[in-house]
Amino acid sequence: MTGTTDQRVRIMRGREWAHPVRPARREVLGVDPELDEGRPPLLFVPGFGHGAWAFAEHWLEHAASRGFPAYAMSLRGHGGSEPAPGATLRAYTHDVVQVAAGLPRQAVLVGHGAGALVVSHALARYPARAAVLVAPVLGGAATAGAALRANPLGTLPALFGGGLRLHRRQLFSRELPEADARRHLARLGRAGRRAQWQLLAGRAAEPAVGRPPVLVLGSPDDRVVPPAALTRAARRYGAAPLLFPGMGHDLMLDTRWQEPLDALLDWLVKEPAKS
Amino acid sequence: MSPSTEHGRPEPEPTTLAPNRDGRPVSDRGDTVCVIGAGASGLTAVKNLTEHGFGVDCYERETGVGGGWNWRHDRSPVYASTHLISSRPFTQFPDFPMPDSWPDYPHHSQLLSYFERYADHFDLRRHIWFGTEVVRVEPVDGHRWDVTTRSTGGYGPERTSRYAAVLVANGHNWSPKLPRYEGLEEFRGEVMHASSYKDPAQLRGKRVLVVGAGNTGCDLAVEAAQQASRCWHSTRRGYWYAPKYVLGRPADQVNDALLALRVPLRLRQWLYHWTLRLTVGDLTRFGLPKPDHRVYETHPIANSQLVYYVGHGEITPVPELARFHFGGVTLTDGRDIDPELVVFATGYLPRFEFLDPGVLGDADGSGRPRLWLHAFPPGHPTLAVAGLLQPDSGLFTLAHWQTVLFARSLRLRREQPQRAAAFASRAAAGAGERYAGKVKDSSRHWFEVGHVDYLRAVQRALDELEGK
Repeated sequence: MTGTTDQRVRIMRGREWAHPVRPARREVLGVDPELDEGRPPLLFVPGFGHGAWAFAEHWLEHAASRGFPAYAMSLRGHGGSEPAPGATLRAYTHDVVQVAAGLPRQAVLVGHGAGALVVSHALARYPARAAVLVAPVLGGAATAGAALRANPLGTLPALFGGGLRLHRRQLFSRELPEADARRHLARLGRAGRRAQWQLLAGRAAEPAVGRPPVLVLGSPDDRVVPPAALTRAARRYGAAPLLFPGMGHDLMLDTRWQEPLDALLDWLVKEPAKS
Repeated sequence: MSPSTEHGRPEPEPTTLAPNRDGRPVSDRGDTVCVIGAGASGLTAVKNLTEHGFGVDCYERETGVGGGWNWRHDRSPVYASTHLISSRPFTQFPDFPMPDSWPDYPHHSQLLSYFERYADHFDLRRHIWFGTEVVRVEPVDGHRWDVTTRSTGGYGPERTSRYAAVLVANGHNWSPKLPRYEGLEEFRGEVMHASSYKDPAQLRGKRVLVVGAGNTGCDLAVEAAQQASRCWHSTRRGYWYAPKYVLGRPADQVNDALLALRVPLRLRQWLYHWTLRLTVGDLTRFGLPKPDHRVYETHPIANSQLVYYVGHGEITPVPELARFHFGGVTLTDGRDIDPELVVFATGYLPRFEFLDPGVLGDADGSGRPRLWLHAFPPGHPTLAVAGLLQPDSGLFTLAHWQTVLFARSLRLRREQPQRAAAFASRAAAGAGERYAGKVKDSSRHWFEVGHVDYLRAVQRALDELEGK
């Protein structure tokens, strides 16, 4: 995957003009802070299989309590959004840009898992205030390889258009109570078949517009995103990843969910410089 | 100067005070860029310049954003039923899409709310001085500019500030172009320019003559067909009236699918004629004159209803007007008609009364600027005009990229002066270039551009600028 800064800005968008993405009903959950302190709104974008519920569990409330208007959305075909079995990465990107542009102020996009890939594409179409990639799955052969090694039986069908089955140990640490883990696993859905293929063999994201600052964070013990992938993702945006050892892939649902979120919010409060 | 916004924008602190030529003090605004106008093009200029790290002072003569699209503004040309001519994907800013729940062709009030949301979303109002008009813009040494402003309406003292660059976005659809006719002063009926048409009630029950076959003229003829007791529609020549939908899709999206495939013009013309044959067919059968040009050679008119109402006898197509007289109008074919109300939908002319015409390359005083990409005047690398275009599509995408190009060229002047100089000489060489196929030569088509040709030219300019 090539770096993002050395590509040229793309003006011509014949496909977007001639064949705009068909609109789909979207689920957006939001929690407003009690007092508006002028902080930018956060838009949490869940990864494949997850919905807005994953952030409604802990993160939305906590972000709002720290003064950030916090929103979480479900990509089409996920959570409470309209079913969309034929969805593509382009449609997901459209959904994110639509929700972001609909927020009252310039938003910070926070993508988790494959949602980070969707966010990295959305950054080329919307000048975000900043972006945070949480345990990013940015696609390509390395992603497939890592998933196959961690969970061969769950991953193999996905390569042939089936659903991706994620194992409990991939998503959560051992500290998370069994009942919670079961509850979350039961809510997992699946992404569109075409979007899954595009994740493995899609094009790299175009350069971000407006040069937003980008933060990458994750866990070295994540069994979906290996540490090398985290470092690679962070390097694309010219920084080192923030690491939270001992957590699973779903940092926002794990027992120690507050640590990465606080780190993320602290980073935003410090008003990071443009990339 | 009055405080300008509800956010209480602070008075700029002048860094140095030096008297200008007239002996009045000039406040030096350093590297700040001045944007004139907070309509669509001005707003996107403010957003893109601040995004590229520039300080911006934007002057807006009205009290709100949206320029011509804000019906509260006295220069706004919109009328109650104004809808977009180009469909949504072509009309929105490329990095701030309109809600996809909106219709294909939104109403002007939706456009205004879109611009207001754009201004709030990117926090642009804090850069805008509302109720302030620009009186003079003068070049000074070192490619800087002295901008003199005062409160709209001429109250209060004038004030001059020195800027590193100026972007003019004062719009070009507010100064009506009125043709002269013999006997017009004798005519006892009512005469108005389309800019003062606001509400269908103005037409109700009257015998109305609409002059002009632009998109506004055709919209007004359709309104008159629905409201007036009689409607004549006078056009200089025959035109192609494009439907707003073909093959189940907005027509411009279908056209762009062909453009993206680089289908040659001849073939597109042939396809167009063929689609038209499937629906309305031969226009002369309706009494409309035969077009004297091929399709795509004049500014496109998108109106599905005009031919429909002609076919229902609600619109009578007539040729050009010869002269007015006491009781009515004589047409060039010798016929006499007796309208009570004549609406001239004859377009607008650009005006830059605060700027010496020579600066924009208008040496002969014809009012037609000579610019590169219709935006960059030769010899003035820190001046640009945004939105001075008549695209065959939406304008705002084009204005967005014009201002991005301007912002990047300004940034390059700081970082890599040599490359910026190359860009400036490119502007000098390219002044007056056209970005449309063969079009009729009239002031109507001065700024006519094909959006694909134009944006490809901007893309090339941007790539050259960045050395890619």
